[in-house]
Formats: sequence, C-alpha cells, structure tokens
Amino acid sequence: MPDSRSSSTHDAQGRPLVAVTGIGIVTSLGRGATENWDALTAGRSGIRAISRFPTEGLRTRIAGTVDFLDTDPLVAPLLSERFARVAAEEAVAQSGIGAGFPGGLFVAVPPVEMEWPQRQALAEAAGEAGEVTYATLQRAAASRRFDPWHDLFIFGTVADRLADRFGTRGSPISLSTACSSGATAIQLGVEAIRRGEMEAALCIGTDGSVNPESLIRFSLLSALSTQNDPPEGASKPFSKNRDGFVMGEGAAALVLESAEAARARGATILGYVLGCGEKGDGFHRTRSSPDGAPVIAAMRAALDDAGLGPEAIDHVNAHGTSTPENDKMEALGCSAVFGERIGQLPISSNKSMIGHTLTAAGAIEAVISLLTIRHGRIPPTINYAMPDPALLLDVVSSVRDMRVSRVLSNSFGFGGQNTCLVLGDEPA
Amino acid sequence: MNRDVVVTGIGLVSCAGEGIAAHLAAFASAEPPRTDAETFAPYPVHPVAPLTLDTQIPKKSDQRQMEPWQRLGVYAAGLALDSAGVKEDAAFKSALQLIVAAGGGERDVAVDGAILTGLREAADPGAFLNERLLNDLRPTLFLAQLSNLLAGNISIVHGVTGASRTFMGEESAGVDALRIGHARIASGQVEAMMVGGSYSAERPDVMVIHEMGGFLLKPTYRPVLEREDEDGGGFVLGSAAAFLVLEAAEHAAARGAKALARLLPVANDRVARAPGSVTESLTRLIDEAGIERPDVVLSGATGLSDLAREEIAGIQARLPGTGIRATGDMIGHPMEVAAPFGAALAAALCAVGSAGEVAVTSVGHRRGEGVIRVVKA
Repeated sequence: MPDSRSSSTHDAQGRPLVAVTGIGIVTSLGRGATENWDALTAGRSGIRAISRFPTEGLRTRIAGTVDFLDTDPLVAPLLSERFARVAAEEAVAQSGIGAGFPGGLFVAVPPVEMEWPQRQALAEAAGEAGEVTYATLQRAAASRRFDPWHDLFIFGTVADRLADRFGTRGSPISLSTACSSGATAIQLGVEAIRRGEMEAALCIGTDGSVNPESLIRFSLLSALSTQNDPPEGASKPFSKNRDGFVMGEGAAALVLESAEAARARGATILGYVLGCGEKGDGFHRTRSSPDGAPVIAAMRAALDDAGLGPEAIDHVNAHGTSTPENDKMEALGCSAVFGERIGQLPISSNKSMIGHTLTAAGAIEAVISLLTIRHGRIPPTINYAMPDPALLLDVVSSVRDMRVSRVLSNSFGFGGQNTCLVLGDEPA
Repeated sequence: MNRDVVVTGIGLVSCAGEGIAAHLAAFASAEPPRTDAETFAPYPVHPVAPLTLDTQIPKKSDQRQMEPWQRLGVYAAGLALDSAGVKEDAAFKSALQLIVAAGGGERDVAVDGAILTGLREAADPGAFLNERLLNDLRPTLFLAQLSNLLAGNISIVHGVTGASRTFMGEESAGVDALRIGHARIASGQVEAMMVGGSYSAERPDVMVIHEMGGFLLKPTYRPVLEREDEDGGGFVLGSAAAFLVLEAAEHAAARGAKALARLLPVANDRVARAPGSVTESLTRLIDEAGIERPDVVLSGATGLSDLAREEIAGIQARLPGTGIRATGDMIGHPMEVAAPFGAALAAALCAVGSAGEVAVTSVGHRRGEGVIRVVKA
C-alpha cells in the first residue's frame, strides 16, 4: 500500500485532483439535467419511429432522435454543433466560471462529410444532362455559389465555432475514438489539468448523425436492432433477445477544473473524475478479442489510475449497447474485474432508454453517472424482461435507491477502442 | 516532471517516394515534385509513389478492407516501427500508444454517381436513396471511411495496441497530435507514442469540398511561395503519410535505441483571422517554441497566397535571413499530415547532421497556427 498523499486538491499520486463543476445534457428524452433525470428515473424511452427522413425499405426505422432542436440545413455537423452548444451552455452556466472560458476545449464530434441533399443540390446546379459524376459536382462547386458549404463539411468547424462561442483558450481538439469518443474527450481534459497546462477544460461529446446513410451503414454491418415495433422496446441491453443497438442522438458537456481552482473560486463541486483507463484491441475491426483482455485491461487501468480496487466501485454504468457481442464481452470483462461480486454489483445501461448516442455516449453516460451519485438513485435498464442467463449480472431493471459513491463508466468502440472512467463523490 | 522527448522512428510516404533517404533527397533537390495534372483535371495532385504494400501489410485481406488513405497510413506506420527497431518487439508495441491526425476516407465514387444520376428521375427520391444505399454500399466501406479506423488498422496490422486517439480538424489536428503526444511523454503520463497521419489526395470527393471556397490551385503546379495572382493562389493536394515514434529520452536510451532528434514542446494557437493576425500569431509562437538559430524553416504553407505572405512575414520578423523551404514543394499539401511530415523531415535532417535545429511552421487554410522545434539529439 503506497503512502496516501491524497488531499482535498491532489490525488494519491500527487497529481491535481480533477473536479466537475458543471454538467449539461441533451438527449431524445429532453433538454437539460432535470428533464433527462426525471425521464431516466421514470424509465421512459426516447426511442421512436424516425420522422426526419423516409424510412421506406429500411430494416431499422427507429432511433432516439433529438426532434426538439433543428438546424437549417438539417445536417450532422450543424445538429452536432447545436446539441453541443445547448449542453455546454448548461454546464458553463452551472459552473459559474463566467464568459471567456479559462481553459481548453476537447470535443468528440462525429466524422463529417457532405450529405445527400447537398450532393443532389450540386448535381442539379450543374445543369448538365447525362450521367452525374464527381466532376459534375466539382463544376457546380466552382460556380462559387456553394462556398459556405466548405466550412460546413470540414472536420474542425464544429469545434471552431464552439471555441468562439465559449471563448476557450488555445487550439480546440476535435477527436474521435468511435463509440468511446465522449469518454476520450473527458480523458484528454483530465490529462491536461493533471499536467498543469490548464486549470479548467470544457469537455463535450456530441452526435447528431441520424441520417439515411449513417443508419444504413450500421444496418449493413448488422449492428442495429430490427425490432421496430414498439420502438421503445427495441433497446434491451443484457436481455436474451437483444438483437442490436438503436441509434441515438444528443450531447453532454462537463466543466472540469482542478479541485484547487474550483475551491479557490468557491465553486460547487459536483463530483470528481478519479481515473481514466484505456486499452487498444488489435483483434478485429468491429469485434473484441474473444478473451476480453483489452476490455478488462481498460477497466483495470481506470481503477489503477484512480488508485482504487474493484471493491471501491458501487455501480457500473455499462456501455451496454444491446448488441449480442458487446453485452456478452462487457459481462465477461466485468466478471473478470469484479469476480463473484459482479452478481451483486448493480449495473445499468442508459442506452435502453436513449439508444446508443455514439460519439456522445461516453460524455452523456458520465453526466448520468454523476447524477446517479448526486441523487443516490440508479436509473433502470428498461426492457429487461428476458434476462440473458449466460450473463451473471445484477442488472438494475427498475429504478434503485442506494448510496452510490463511485461509478465505473464503460465505453467501447469499433477499431479496438476501450475507454473507462471512474467518477466519484469524493477524492479516493 | 519535464522529460526530454526524442524521435526514435520515422516513417514517410509521398510523391517523393518512401523512407527517410527519398525525402532527404527531395529536400536537397530543386526539382518540382512529381505531379499529375491530368487524372483529376483541372486539379493537379501529387500522387503517392507506387508502394509494395505486401512489405508492410502482409495479408491481402487486410489490404482489401482498407481504402487508400488507410493503406498509406498503415504502410508509413510500419516504416516508422522498422526505423525505431521495434517492429518485432511485441511488448513494446502492445504498450505503444497512438495519436493519429486524420479526416475520413474515400467515398465510393461510382456508387455515388449512379445514385445521383438515378435520383433525377426517381418518382420517390427518399425510397430510391434508401434502396440504392442498402444494395450498393459495400458493408465494409464504412470501416474504410471512419476516421478512427486508421488507428484501428495500425493496431490490427502492426499489433500497436497501447491505445489510440484520432484528432480531426485539418492542418491543426496534425500540430495538436504532436503537441499532446510530446506533452504526455514529457510529463510522464506515457513512455512512448507513435504520432502521425495519412491523407489520400487522389480522390475527386475531397476536390469538391475544397473547390467550395476556391481553395484549389488550377490547372498546374507552381511553387508554393510563387502563387501570387488575382485568384489568391491555392493548394495542390498531395497523398502522403508520416509517422514518428516519440519516446522519453531515458526510455529510448534504456532499450539502446538511437535518438534521431529531440522534439521540443510544440507551440500552437487558433487566432481569429484578420489582416495581420497570422503574422502576429506566428511571431509569438516562434518565441514560445524557443526557436533559436534554425538551419532552415520547413513551412507547411498551403499555397493560399495571403496566408503564405503573412506566414513568411511572421517568420522573417523573428528569424531574418533564415532559409524557408515549403514542404508543399516536396510533397504538396497533405492536410492533417503537413505538420507531422515537417516534423519527421526535420528530425531526419538532424539525424544525418544536415541541421542542428529546424523550425517547422503550420498555418491552417481555415484556422490554427503552429510552430514545432526539432534539434539534434
């Protein structure tokens, strides 16, 4: 046992403790922490039939879209920017840190590209007969009429505009680690504060990419649930009859600060990011190593980074996508990390209600983990009517009241991305 | 903790060829870079030199699952691992972390064209689009396009499985990847990282994006700093990939690795663009990066003449008389790869004794300015 040097401002390794002083959230369940928390603890689903575009002929016709916010044109980068902005406004206001954010911006954004309505508009504007090729689109682009779309469809614009809006310092980071991106945004902020580079970081995960091609791409990989009716029953993590994930949208933002800086300005500390862990997997582009070693290593790395053993965790906020593969591998990993205790360790997947918010998921679920700690109440995994007997988990099937001090929040993604966070009410 | 960070491996591919020697030769040469002005006319490109993919990506199945931007990147990452002497060191690679600077992958241009043609006559465009996408998109194309799947493929093909992060955001993503990679090692958060990126220019979809805004030079290549004209210049996209293995100096020494050069803390920023702002930013960043007496400045200037003018003025304000070489005149503009390429070439110049100190500059075509200092080990 190393000598504990932890204090109210530094952890046992002598690094600055990282406090959370503001949170913001947007999902298909609503806008803001209050609306989301009420819906999540009521077991309400935000999954519904897609109305944004025609779903004729598609195997999956449901999603957790955010329909109460829109943009013109309705494209993924603008939606992602809007969700991020709404979530960050809530987080920054709660933190009381003021305008002119005194630190860096780390934002997990979906990869962007031009979308079909814009391709069609270019093809039409070219005014040519015959076959459409990219040369046709280039000629239309050269008309200068579409110049504003350049910024719309390059990768750095969402972060650039958010940096302008919130006055963050330095070069904003736009990042992707696929479905663990939101957790990586938080990890990058934690690391920068620990290095002493900044006293505050604005960390955001956002995703507004429910559009025909994104949906079809996941569908072609057989990743999505096809149980369209009823929509709210489709996402059923850890159930025997789970058949894929449901796409979701939303954003979450966290204001991270060194505990020292937060205390110095008298800010209310909502919780701490105690540890971050990650591990790559070189087994396959979409599947985990069959032995679960990378998933296990990522969870253990997060616990080690927090200076905690598995017994210190009260609850697991699962990645829990509702795909056959993920939930099996996550259960296997948790069993290895927590041993027999996994049968009594409450685990829950927010994705049962909001779907898989992809790039945003890690940040959204970190925010829900902090709300879980604050309220002493674990949101349920809905649709857990037919437990998978192979998974020896204590799945929280109806809202559960209990003291929760520390949560392990898991995020796993295509490309062998595994990122885990430990969030807590007090320093370790 | 503030540790020295050294470069122990370099992997490069571009129109100039592959490997360190080919790029030192390109640096030394006054010849224009290899250019193809026909295939994508009216846009010239600098096409990547032919590669023997099997030497770095042995499995055909892996090659097939990737689009060109991923193959270039995986290939260059393999060269960097070879150069660092760790290609067969499973333990080193399983701890090695990655930061990749990249955008996204190629579209299937034939499928897109056919769909757009069909949409003109489609009675029910929504249903038509759904049907065609479901039937015509290759299921694996998604994975060949996702930004983070270059890192994923490096993990699969080379067994680099510490962990990876992918930074997006055009030119500044490459600078940020180097800055954060350096900072994590210097502060003791990690011992070694592979940092770099990959870009395929030989694809008509990116030309649509950059034609919007009028950023592309037409119809032929001209030297980067001689693109003054009424159109404001423009960039010639270049296919390239660059990776650097970075290590804590004591970590490299402990395993007996040769330090090719030392990388200093990277200085970068994002200033609101207004006349004079880039000059001012660059001058300040040169001070911040601690540039002293560089033998050469490797400029990643895109070829947009107003930005190039400001960049050169910023450099000359602090480093009067220092030679400036535009990397665009060796490999074209490879977007996210521009800064990693500059840093890798700087390290190579230091490694062979051609330079004792090199400054690398980056001014993004829409945002972001950076200065990187590389010195002999």
